[in-house]
Amino acid sequence: MPLLEIKNLKKAFGGVKAIGGVDLAVEKGEIVSIIGPNGAGKTSLFNVISGIFPPDEGEIIFNGVNIAGHSPSEITKAGIARTFQNVRLFPNLTVLENVKVGQHCRTHRGIWGAIFQTRAFKEEERLIEERAKDILSFFGTRLVGYRFDQPAFVLSYANRRRLEIARAMATEPVLLLLDEPTAGMNPRESAELTELIGKLRSDKGFTVVMIEHDMRVVGEVSDRVVVLDHGVKIAEGSYHEVSTNEDVIEAYLGRPAEDRTTTTEEQKA
Amino acid sequence: MTAATIDAVTPKASRLDVRRLLRMGGLTGLAMTFIAANGMLETFNNRLLIRPILSMGYLLFLAIPFVMGFLIGRRVEVEGVETAPRTAADVVMAVVAGLLAGLIAALFAAIVNAFPGLRGTFPRFSPAMVSVLTFGFGVGTGFLLLPGVAAVVGAVGVGMHWLSDRLRKAVSVAALVVVVAAVFESVVKDFFEWFATLPRFLYHPGGGLKVVSAIVLFIVAGVASFFLQGRKMPGFAGLTSQDATERRRSSLIAAVLVLALTIVVPMLLGGVLNELLTNVGLFMLMGLGLNIVVGYAGLLDLGYVAFFAVGAYTMALLTSPLSSVPFQLNWWQAFPIVLVMAALAGLFIGTPVIRMRGDYLAIVTLGFGEIIRYLFLSDWLSPYFGGAQGVRRVPGIPLGSNLVGGSDITVFVYFTLFFVAIAAYVSWRLQDSRIGRAWAAMREDEDIAEAVGIDTVKAKLLAFVTGAVLASFAGALFAAKVGTVFAHSFEIIVSIIILVVVIVGGMGNIAGVAVGALVLVGVLGGPNQPGLLQEFGEYKLLVYGALLVFMMLQKPEGLLPSARRARELHQEEYLQDAWLDKGGQFVGSEQEA
Repeated sequence: MPLLEIKNLKKAFGGVKAIGGVDLAVEKGEIVSIIGPNGAGKTSLFNVISGIFPPDEGEIIFNGVNIAGHSPSEITKAGIARTFQNVRLFPNLTVLENVKVGQHCRTHRGIWGAIFQTRAFKEEERLIEERAKDILSFFGTRLVGYRFDQPAFVLSYANRRRLEIARAMATEPVLLLLDEPTAGMNPRESAELTELIGKLRSDKGFTVVMIEHDMRVVGEVSDRVVVLDHGVKIAEGSYHEVSTNEDVIEAYLGRPAEDRTTTTEEQKA
Repeated sequence: MTAATIDAVTPKASRLDVRRLLRMGGLTGLAMTFIAANGMLETFNNRLLIRPILSMGYLLFLAIPFVMGFLIGRRVEVEGVETAPRTAADVVMAVVAGLLAGLIAALFAAIVNAFPGLRGTFPRFSPAMVSVLTFGFGVGTGFLLLPGVAAVVGAVGVGMHWLSDRLRKAVSVAALVVVVAAVFESVVKDFFEWFATLPRFLYHPGGGLKVVSAIVLFIVAGVASFFLQGRKMPGFAGLTSQDATERRRSSLIAAVLVLALTIVVPMLLGGVLNELLTNVGLFMLMGLGLNIVVGYAGLLDLGYVAFFAVGAYTMALLTSPLSSVPFQLNWWQAFPIVLVMAALAGLFIGTPVIRMRGDYLAIVTLGFGEIIRYLFLSDWLSPYFGGAQGVRRVPGIPLGSNLVGGSDITVFVYFTLFFVAIAAYVSWRLQDSRIGRAWAAMREDEDIAEAVGIDTVKAKLLAFVTGAVLASFAGALFAAKVGTVFAHSFEIIVSIIILVVVIVGGMGNIAGVAVGALVLVGVLGGPNQPGLLQEFGEYKLLVYGALLVFMMLQKPEGLLPSARRARELHQEEYLQDAWLDKGGQFVGSEQEA
C-alpha cells in the first residue's frame, strides 16, 4: 500500500480549476518531484494535501486514513510536514524558537506543568531544546551557536529556507512536502541543498515530495517525476522518461532553439 | 529616521528658515491657546507647585514654548554625521517664533475679552481665564507680556543645546526632581510621615514647594547628577548588553527588590495612597490578563471588562446576604467558583469568535463586552443580578476573625498585591513554555502556526480562558473592596483603559504592564478612580488620548517593551546593529564558504 494515495482530487477557486482530477501515489521512502509550468496547480496540490484548503472532491489517503478536509494541524500531527514557496517563518521568534514551535504537536505539557514547573514539564522542555539543537545541526554550522538566539528575520535567504526545513523536520513527519526548496538560491547553494534532500531520506528516513523548477535538482535526486499542467497530470515516470516526453516538452521544458527552427521549417515545407 | 525628520531639523545653512519659523511659532501659539481655551490652564493654576511662583497650569503652559525652543535647536546625528552646527540663527528663530506664539495667545485673550457673548457657547471663556492667561495684568499688558515670556522661554529651550551634554543632563535631572517632588507632594508627605522634618522643610503649609527648598533641591539634584553621571549602577546598567545568565541574575535582583518594596511601601503609605495602590493593583491584574490575550496570543479583545464583571458579579452573588443565591459562602470558599465561572465565560465568549481575526475579532469582542454589561443591567434579569441596583452588601475577605474590605484598605492592599504577584508569576512561567511559544507563533502568523501543527482553536481558547481567569481575580477583589457591585463599574471605557495600560506599558512584557498601570492609573487615574494628579479629573481622557498618540508615534513598543516586540517594530535598526556588530560585514548574507 502506498504511503500517500491521492484519488481523483479536484479543487476549483471560483471558475478556475486549480486541480482537475489528479491521481498520485507515493511509496514510502521515495523522492518524488512535481514539475510543471506556472499555474499548473502544483502549490494548490500541496495546499490541499496539507489541509490549507479542503478539496472539492476526491480522496487523500495517508497511511490508510482519508485525511481530505482535515485541519492543517491534524494533518501535521498525522505526519505530513511542509515548507512554503515564499518562505514563511515566524520572523520575530529566534531560530531555536522556530524549531521548538515545530515540536508542538509532538509534545504535551500544558499550562499546569508550566505554572508549577513540574518535573515532567522541565524534562520535556529540556528534550525540546536538545532536539531543536540536534535538528539545526543537520545543516552543518549554518544555524548553530550564536544563531540560536537570533531572530529569524536576520537570516539570509538560503538560511531561511534551511530553517523552514528544520521547522518541518521538528514536527517528526513521515512525509515531507517541499515547495521549491532551491528557489532563489545560487548554484552552489542549490547543489548543497540537493545533497541535503538526499540525506533527508537516507539519514532521516523521510519520504519527500517536492515542487521544483531547477531541472538539475530534479534530475539528481528524484526517483520519479510527476508533471502537472492546467491542474491535470500529463506525465509521470523517471526523469529520463519525462524529460523526453513530447507533451512535457511542449507544455513545460521547451525545445532547444535549433529543434524549434527545424519544426517550423518542417511545418513550412 | 525618516527623510522628513532629518529635513525638519536641518536648517538651510545659517539663513533663517521662514516657513519653519512660521510653522513652529504658529503651532506653539495654537497649543498654548488650546491649553487656555479648554480650561486646563485655569484649572491647574489652582495647584501650586512652588508657592507662590509656579502653578501646575503655568508649568504646562510654559512647557510648550520650551519644547519648541528645544526642538528648534536640536541636532540629529544621522549615521554618525552631525547635521549643520548650531548657530545664532537658532536663537533668533526661537525668539521670533516665541513672539509669534505669544502673540497668538494674546490675540485669543483679546478676542475672548472683546466678545463676552462667546461664553454662552464656550463656558471656559471666562474673564478668570483671560486673567490667568495674561498673568493677571489684563489684555493690554498681555500683548506685551505673553510674546515676551514665550520668546524668553523659547530662547531658554534653545539654550539647553549650548550646555555640555553632561551639564544639560544634570540640569534636566534637577528640574525633573523638583517637578516630581512638587507634583507628588502627597506621596512624599505620606511616605515620610515617620520623618516629618523632611516634608516640613520642603513644603509650604498651604501646599507646594517653598521657593528656598525648590532651589536647594535643584542644586542638590543637579550636583549629584553631574558627578554621578557615567558611573555604572550595578544590575541595571546595560541590561541589554548582558548575556542570558547575567540578565537572569539582574532580573532576579530586580524581582526581589520589587517584592521587598511591595511589602514595605504600603506600610509607609496612608489610607488614600493605599486606596490608589489597590486600584493600580486591580488594573495590573487586568493588564496582565489582557497581556496574555493581546500581548502573547495576539488576539485583540476590546470587551475584556466582561470577565472582570463576571468575576465581580459571581463573587458578589455568592457572598452577599442580599443576593438571589439561596446560600452564602465566604470569600475564600467562593473564589474557586469565581475562577470556574470566569473560565466558562472565557469559553463562552471565545468559542463563537474563534474563527475571526484582527479587526473583526476586536469589533465582536467589543459587542460581547457590552452585551454582558447589559445583561447584568437588564430588568429582565434583575431578579438575579439586581438590575441597576446591583448586588449590595458584599462582605470583605475573611482573615482570622475579621472581614477585610475597602475600609481596611491598608490590609486589603496586600491581598491585591498578592494576587498581582500570582498573575505576574503565571505570566512569566507561561511565556517560555510550550503554550507560550504556540501563542507567540500564532501572533506572528496564524496560518503558519496551524500548518506547523498548532491547534490554533485550542490555543486561542486557552488564551481567552487564562486571560478571563486573571481578570476574575480582579473582579473578586473588586467586589470585596467596594461592597456593592453594579453594572456601571463595567463600562466599555474600562476595557479601553486596560488596553491602553498594556500598550503604553509595553505589550508582552510583565514589568511593562506594571509600569503602565502605575503611570496611567496611579498618576492619571483610572476610569472611575482619581489618580495622584487629581486635578486631571475631567481632562483625564484628553491626556490619555494625547499620550497614546505620542506613544504610537515615538515609542510604539511601549515604555518597557518585551524584547520580541521591540525587535518586531525596529527590524531595520536591529539589522543595522547586527551589521555594525560584525564590523560591517552583512550578517544577512554571510559568506557562504
